[in-house]
Amino acid sequence: MKKITLEVNGKKVTKEVPDHTVLSVFIREVLNLTGTHVGCDTSQCGACVVHADGKSIKSCTALAADLDGSKVTTIEGLVSNGKMHPMQEAFKKLHGLQCGFCTPGMVMSAIDLLKHKKNPSDKEIRDWLEGNICRCTGYQNIVAAVKEAASKM
Amino acid sequence: MKTFNYHSTKDVKEATKLASSSSAFLAGGMTTIPSMKLGLASYKDIIDIKRIKKLSGIKVSGKSVTIGATTKHAEVANSKEIKKAIPSLAALAEGIGDPQVRNRGTIGGSIANNDPAADYPSACIALNATIHTSSRKISADKFFAGMFETALKKGELIQAVEFQVPEKSCYQKYPNPASRYAIVGVYVAKHKSGVNVGVTGAKSCVYNEKNIVSALSKSFSSSAIDNVKIPSSGMNSDIHASAEYRANMVKIFAKKAVDAC
Repeated sequence: MKKITLEVNGKKVTKEVPDHTVLSVFIREVLNLTGTHVGCDTSQCGACVVHADGKSIKSCTALAADLDGSKVTTIEGLVSNGKMHPMQEAFKKLHGLQCGFCTPGMVMSAIDLLKHKKNPSDKEIRDWLEGNICRCTGYQNIVAAVKEAASKM
Repeated sequence: MKTFNYHSTKDVKEATKLASSSSAFLAGGMTTIPSMKLGLASYKDIIDIKRIKKLSGIKVSGKSVTIGATTKHAEVANSKEIKKAIPSLAALAEGIGDPQVRNRGTIGGSIANNDPAADYPSACIALNATIHTSSRKISADKFFAGMFETALKKGELIQAVEFQVPEKSCYQKYPNPASRYAIVGVYVAKHKSGVNVGVTGAKSCVYNEKNIVSALSKSFSSSAIDNVKIPSSGMNSDIHASAEYRANMVKIFAKKAVDAC
């Protein structure tokens, strides 16, 4: 067992977890933040993307113990004063989702993209979202939503 | 995933001391963690080396680029110094996996794993790399021993990879449309001392394609490759590409690389 302290969505949490606990399990099963989804569980699909120390990572493929001392933001941490993040608003407005399973990862990954490129082109958005798989939308509306969010952020 | 004892260390000596026949060093974990989840690998001890400060960072001198073992792909891709010294190396790093893999995955992890379709091993071959470990220096042509096999001994830790700055170089790959791993990737580099053609994805292990090397040594142009025959024996053959197809792609991507040099 390892005792670890992380700052998750601005709140410090200290927990004792088995050494092999991955971050996605820590977030979902220890902290009960189930907005972060687990699809493939082997870092292909991107449903589990969160931010760790400001960078997007796949939480299914990082050990919680390894992130001891890190600041983590999950999809739940995007809401401020009950208002959705502009990226979430854009996904809602432009129907950038159907079943919604991939959406938390898409949103977290897309926000990281806008940190690097303020006004990305369609190609840059598609290239960046390479590690996020959606089985419903065909991606068109996701790309449109990221562009809309970029214009608002 | 089977349980293990997680160790995080700040010191190379301590890391190598902790190593045993049932341990693994953990850098980005981009292969180690999924392999453990899938039951392909299990260890008693996982030794995290990311907090060893001296293993991370980029040093550029006139003749060489040295990248610390735990330096992430994104850091290499975005390094202004590497873009200037060996632009093809930064471009290679930019093309590995996806942004989240590039935010965690490391150069040391990539070459220690020696996946037959990994990108970095071809750069090591093309750029006459020297692999600095906790106990010695190994040249790239002796480092990559076979499929997922290297010259590393148990408990030997990669500290840095030193690349020779070439006169010209370019890496071109044909990514699998689904996995984005190289079906074939060819890294061509022209040094004062000679030409190297590092090929990944085509065989069970990265190799220097001597047939193209000798053609380019006579004339460094894509047309010099036109009449080169690449044997298909020993090439990988799977549902994605036959051996004959891969042999042809080695030639085509070598030509592309030379044209883009």
